[in-house]
Amino acid sequence: MNADWTLLGPVLVQALGETLWAVSITMVLGGIFGFVIGTMLYTTRRGNILANAAVYNVLNVLINIVRPIPFIVFIAFIQPVTLGLIGTSIGVPAIIVPMTIAASFAIGRIVEQNLVTIDPGVIEAARAMGASPLRIISTILVPEALGPLILGYTFIFVGVVDMSALAGLIGGGGLGNFAILYGYQRFNYGVTLVAVVVIIVIVQLGQFLGNWLARKALRR
Amino acid sequence: MSVMVEFEAVSKSFTVGKRQVDAVEQVSLSIEKGEIFGIIGYSGAGKSTLVRLINGLERATSGRILVDGEDITTLPESRLRHVRGGIGMIFQQFNLLRSRTVAGNVEYPLRIAKWPKEKRKARVAELLDFVGLGDRARSYPEQLSGGQKQRVGIARALATEPKILLADESTSALDPETTQEVLRLLQRVNRELGITVVVITHEMDVIRSIADRVAVLEGGRLIELGTVFDVFSNPQAAATKSFVSTVLRNQPTADDLVRLRRAHPGRVVTAEILDAGRLGSVLSDAVGKYGVRFEIIFGGISALQNRSYGSITLELVGDEGSVDALVKDLQAVAAITEVPA
Repeated sequence: MNADWTLLGPVLVQALGETLWAVSITMVLGGIFGFVIGTMLYTTRRGNILANAAVYNVLNVLINIVRPIPFIVFIAFIQPVTLGLIGTSIGVPAIIVPMTIAASFAIGRIVEQNLVTIDPGVIEAARAMGASPLRIISTILVPEALGPLILGYTFIFVGVVDMSALAGLIGGGGLGNFAILYGYQRFNYGVTLVAVVVIIVIVQLGQFLGNWLARKALRR
Repeated sequence: MSVMVEFEAVSKSFTVGKRQVDAVEQVSLSIEKGEIFGIIGYSGAGKSTLVRLINGLERATSGRILVDGEDITTLPESRLRHVRGGIGMIFQQFNLLRSRTVAGNVEYPLRIAKWPKEKRKARVAELLDFVGLGDRARSYPEQLSGGQKQRVGIARALATEPKILLADESTSALDPETTQEVLRLLQRVNRELGITVVVITHEMDVIRSIADRVAVLEGGRLIELGTVFDVFSNPQAAATKSFVSTVLRNQPTADDLVRLRRAHPGRVVTAEILDAGRLGSVLSDAVGKYGVRFEIIFGGISALQNRSYGSITLELVGDEGSVDALVKDLQAVAAITEVPA
């Protein structure tokens, strides 16, 4: 069955807009919160600059609780929070809440893992020069791990695009919803294929940009 | 001379799992202003911990540490950060920031110390000239050799015009030639800039090359302390003797003695040489006076802090009474130890 693209075209554009909107906001907010979580996790480790067993253990357990929950279940699980935060639990803004929370914890873990690879000697050198913990975070941790941090962030971006496909479940629209509603449920494989291609292009562009930035940061 | 760093009965212990490890135990010593002070010990002797107590990277469990008269053991971390600006530190693995250029690395402590930009630029250029890397300002650390990296480390450590430079195994990752180059630079830092240098090492050669005084550390305790000449020429503790033997090979080892004994059945004695001895003239008289022949079978003389020091092992051949008389004469001019038959 041939699809009528004069009708479907604008719907696809709108779906693309919804996906990009949800993904962008999630990446920005998740990036900020994830960075804070990851940095706290790293710096509160035993022997590190802000060593604090209580904070470390709480964060660590929290991440391990949130991360294994399948996203489709997580949307439902977090629904009261979503409702409380933005006053609704349907639509694009409502999908951004679970997406941001899930992305924050995932990014937090990625940030921690990349910071761990920094040579502790460099941090000790900065301490010996009289640098404060905040200064060490901003002028040592981030610049020294920038390349891997960008690559990790890019890796999460793909996961976030994946999450956004479930937005349709709560009326959030997006490309995933478009593929299911206009392609799969109407037995129109061509439409599904178009949606898939658009998603692939988004992911490829994101990955390309991430690789390029990481290469610049790593000077190789 | 006045004191730059004073340790008063300082101890530092860590808890590793359920075990308590005493890294530094009851150490008292003072480091004079303007000297190069060496601290030597095997790995695990506590020397790295000891040096980190000076700039508060490790906090003492008990005792007092005075740095230029200020008790740093009671200072809160925020005040300690200020003190650290006056103490430079270099490391075995250099610990340069990979994300910054050579100039960026040297500038980093100046940013922390809030120097204005113009002064920072001038200071960085001056420091890179001092360490001979004026042309590598824009390079990144990975483009430098080990020796060059350590010179950047030294420039960075000197940036804020510290009174003390702590060198933690600063040449242990370098080849012998580069080691000498870095040691000469540390000596210049000490002589030209008047900075007190504390050198931590497990290599006695480093101590011999540049240190004025040396402390020997074993199991967290200070087991020997003195001028490099005294410690080398007259080591007391077993660990010290073993360190000294790694650089001065003029004392025969037990294996050497077995071999020497096999080849030389006569009476064998070892004479210590200090400064201008008269061993040679006594020996040259021996032939005519007692009819005793001698053979030089082991030993050597080296220079240490511009003084001669060494030991010579001799075989003396002749009748018993004559050899006895000669040994007596030798004892008048040098310390003599008999090698048992």
